Amino acid sequence: MNTVFSKSMRIAALVAVTFASSHALAAEKIIAIDGSSTVYPITEAMAEEFQKATKTKVTVGESGTGSGFKKFCRGETDVSDASRPISQKEMDACKEAGIQYIELPIAFDALTVVVNPKNDFVKSLSVAELNAMWKPGSSVKNWKQVNPAYPDKALALYGPGTASGTFDYFTEAVNGKAKSSRTDYTPSEDDNVLVQGVSGNAGGLAYFGYAYYEENKDKLRAIPISAKAGSPAVMPSPEAVKDGTYQPLSRPLFIYVNATSAAFKPEVKAFVNFYLENAPKLVAEVKYVPLPAEDYAAVKAHFKAMKPGTGFGGKNEVGIKVKDLINRIK
Amino acid sequence: MQAQDTQSNKKASVLADLEAVRSMIRRHKFNDLVFASIGLVALMIGLLTLLTLFIDLVMDGYPRFNMQFFSDFPSRRAGSAGLLSAWVGSVLVMAVTFLAAVPVGVAAGLYLEEYAPKNWFSDLIEINVSNLAGVPSIIYGLLALGLFVYGLDLGQSILTAGLTLGLLILPTVIVSTREAIRGIPVAIREAAYAVGATKWQVVSDHVVKYSQGGILTGVIIGMSRAIGETAPIITIGALTFIAFLPPSPVTDVAPYLNFEWLSSGFTVLPIQMFNWLSRPDHAFHINAAATGAIIILVTLLMNGTAIYLRYKIRKNIKW
Repeated sequence: MNTVFSKSMRIAALVAVTFASSHALAAEKIIAIDGSSTVYPITEAMAEEFQKATKTKVTVGESGTGSGFKKFCRGETDVSDASRPISQKEMDACKEAGIQYIELPIAFDALTVVVNPKNDFVKSLSVAELNAMWKPGSSVKNWKQVNPAYPDKALALYGPGTASGTFDYFTEAVNGKAKSSRTDYTPSEDDNVLVQGVSGNAGGLAYFGYAYYEENKDKLRAIPISAKAGSPAVMPSPEAVKDGTYQPLSRPLFIYVNATSAAFKPEVKAFVNFYLENAPKLVAEVKYVPLPAEDYAAVKAHFKAMKPGTGFGGKNEVGIKVKDLINRIK
Repeated sequence: MQAQDTQSNKKASVLADLEAVRSMIRRHKFNDLVFASIGLVALMIGLLTLLTLFIDLVMDGYPRFNMQFFSDFPSRRAGSAGLLSAWVGSVLVMAVTFLAAVPVGVAAGLYLEEYAPKNWFSDLIEINVSNLAGVPSIIYGLLALGLFVYGLDLGQSILTAGLTLGLLILPTVIVSTREAIRGIPVAIREAAYAVGATKWQVVSDHVVKYSQGGILTGVIIGMSRAIGETAPIITIGALTFIAFLPPSPVTDVAPYLNFEWLSSGFTVLPIQMFNWLSRPDHAFHINAAATGAIIILVTLLMNGTAIYLRYKIRKNIKW
């Protein structure tokens, strides 16, 4: 009995030692990435290609922009995907942990307002009309209330959940304040549910990322948006986003790179350079809008200079130009 | 004459009684039939729902049922995206879950059933164990995030996930262990004590041996619940894109075992499915359907194995 016990103790000790030593060994070259599920497809494509090209291991999670920053500011990840700029709270958390970051815009997304294909009366919507539908406490329940010229048809609103970066940006652009929205709409964290909702309801209206519209063009109709009443309405498209005419619903997407990782882990530096180099091709392939070539050049130079900080100061801004953003960080 | 009259009266009344009994039997048989039909319908609701779901998933996902789907890493291209890292992750996590939950669960069950004094304190424990079985799985995820990931610094690893799911199925294992032990006739114990066995000998040579079938069933049913769990795994921070496998547990140099895989990042089948389902590209939805069908199939196989083993082990016990 006694010998059996001491033998099992020895085995346990051996296991513990082996495990402890392997724990240290596990600090091999792995680039850890987490963050926005909107940016995920782009980063996934980059990780896939980078791993093929260099055999460096890359892992990508999609716990959301907020959770991603939490991990990033604890130093658990090298790169954080973000569908909105870093917030004041997150800046403070990073500062407290001594984490510096380099903010890199990597692509555009066009928030797309869609209706059911049976809805043929809406030719375009202005931001003011969207505001009337979506502002907090809005009592608009019928298309007729949006515009007297529209038929008497119930309006059914669908939108992303409140934890989503898409929600933050849309509310900022349309209602003037991030997260301020009417609450009596059908929310879902899964954009495919919104697609289903609008395609099944003749009076439905929803907003989400362009990629979900692009893949469901047969079931949905996108609405041209005019920034002000009377200004020309612009249909969401990669071209309109690129030339800056699709406003205010085109938004930049970011990656935040841990400055220490970028400086001292050559594989992280190589990955980010690879990211910016291949962005024009791969971003388009996963149905997002690449930045103009000169913007990528500016972002590359920005990364090369390794200037840490954010150009936003903890607040989101609608319609900011990439070059202006980079020039702010000196 | 009178006697004859009474006799025929008697006969008539017997006949009437017989008729009453017959009609009662008919009525009861009819009631039986009604209940059996209701029962059948109730059964069919569950079974047909599962069947419809499964067939729907198989029909949606069948283009992806090939070896490549199991040997490819995730990819941005739906056609070449596979399950390799997900199924390997699921297998490794389940292995840790098994190794963590079975010894602890069986020991706890044995203690509660065989050793614990029957008082208010063990009653309290008993109630709490049963309650634990009903705690939403996300709570286990939150507990694990605080305890394993940050408290014990195990990181977002296979070890953490396995231990979390181990905790999750622990109540199932404990309860099924106790049920299995209760099923052993008192005569067996008494016979063992009668020939001079100690308590530990009774427990190790008889109680554990005869309750194996029941315990195993509980363990497998617990595991088949754990394999489909998503919420706690997401909470502790499973990855989505991981295109390499954890280090192999077996190596060709001494000591031939390698525990590096325990601290490796991972993904599991339900998370891979969830990711594909939320993609805009419909081709990924096919992958998700195929993964769903595979998860259901694995669960069915595990439950089937549980039933088979129980049958096999029970057959071998000769009291």
